[in-house]
Amino acid sequence: MRRVAKDTKARVTLTLNGKKTTGEAESRTLLTDFLRHEIGMTGTHVGCEHGVCGCCTVLIDGVAARACLTLAQAADGRSVETVESLTGLDGKLNPLQEALRDHHALQCGFCTPGILMSFTDFLKRVPDPTVEQVKDVLGGHICRCTGYQGLIDAMMDGAKRLRS
Amino acid sequence: MKPRAFDYVRPDTVAEAVDILAEYGDDARIMAGGQSLMAILNLRMAEPKVIVDIGGHTAFKGIKVANGFLEVGASVTQNELMNWPDLAKTSPLLAKALPWVGHFQTRNRGTVCGSLSHADPSSEIPLSLATLGGEVVLRSKRGERVVAAEEFQTGMLSTSREPDEMMVAARFPIAANLKRAAFREVARRHGDFAILALAAVAETDTSVRLGIGGLADRPVATRIDASSKSAIADALGTLAWELEGSDDIHATARYRRDLLRRMGPIVIEEAISCAA
Repeated sequence: MRRVAKDTKARVTLTLNGKKTTGEAESRTLLTDFLRHEIGMTGTHVGCEHGVCGCCTVLIDGVAARACLTLAQAADGRSVETVESLTGLDGKLNPLQEALRDHHALQCGFCTPGILMSFTDFLKRVPDPTVEQVKDVLGGHICRCTGYQGLIDAMMDGAKRLRS
Repeated sequence: MKPRAFDYVRPDTVAEAVDILAEYGDDARIMAGGQSLMAILNLRMAEPKVIVDIGGHTAFKGIKVANGFLEVGASVTQNELMNWPDLAKTSPLLAKALPWVGHFQTRNRGTVCGSLSHADPSSEIPLSLATLGGEVVLRSKRGERVVAAEEFQTGMLSTSREPDEMMVAARFPIAANLKRAAFREVARRHGDFAILALAAVAETDTSVRLGIGGLADRPVATRIDASSKSAIADALGTLAWELEGSDDIHATARYRRDLLRRMGPIVIEEAISCAA
């Protein structure tokens, strides 16, 4: 049984973007804050902190999930993938990121990491989605800049690029 | 915001989990997917002393069909059930209701039993359980008991679960006369809390079980005489006044009652017209 008393820190070890990573977290520390403040990976953004806006979405054990609704302690022993995992070491964007840029599907970029991670999971399951399905997944994110049409176009095109 | 400090416990066995509940009672909260509870903790609407994390625990992972029920274990996520290959055949109502639950991203972690335990009056899963006349299995150090849906949810975010009990499974009836089902809801955006949600199951061509979420302080299921359009309209009119509803930021009580009267016949008709 894992037990972490309040106001104390315990070691959290997870596989972060394929690499074994260790840090310390309080029992109440959110995965978002653990990634940003303890590990220093700031690609995962913090918005509403109650699961609505979607910008903190990461992959936990391969499925898209809100990092703000996950305790760092609960991520111990699991695999976590963040937006930092998408770009190659050479800085080359992946096909989904390129599609986003080509369709002007971002302005301020605050919501972008979460949207990328959601679709990284979704397009693995549904490689050839309909516009309706893309809208449904996009419904789990809030973007205040683009009006969503660019995002829909980008995800449809990104899916096509990933298929080829 | 960030949650207030608490002790975090991840038990290895069911016995350990109920031991902790026996020790801490009301001060402890079970967390499975955390999709409702973490939001409440972050908003500091709840301040438990101990969080008991059973998320992803293999002891509660099962989906099985037994004794006329579809039984879903405490850490089965909403998407796991939704993607279960036999769902549409086994429980058409759940197959139609689950896509309305939250978003793709929250269904990946949110659990079926967690939604039932949270007991939001407009939630789809409690509404489905009530409409089908299902039950939940509660376990404590004292033993196990089975509680019918109508006795489980007692009001807004409240249930008859004792402080030392945890829900280990939910049982959705799958009898042959529960297969013709329809589900609809009205919300400002898909994934938001329903302003009104309706579930209908046509037991025969003239008798329909109707479940109503979002009007009263809990989901309400009742049998409706569907022998004629006027019989349906009368029943819905009476129900609307009985359940009353309340005003909130999303809609007035009057609007909710109106939705029941207008959407009710559509959902009932849709259930009756399903192939048996």
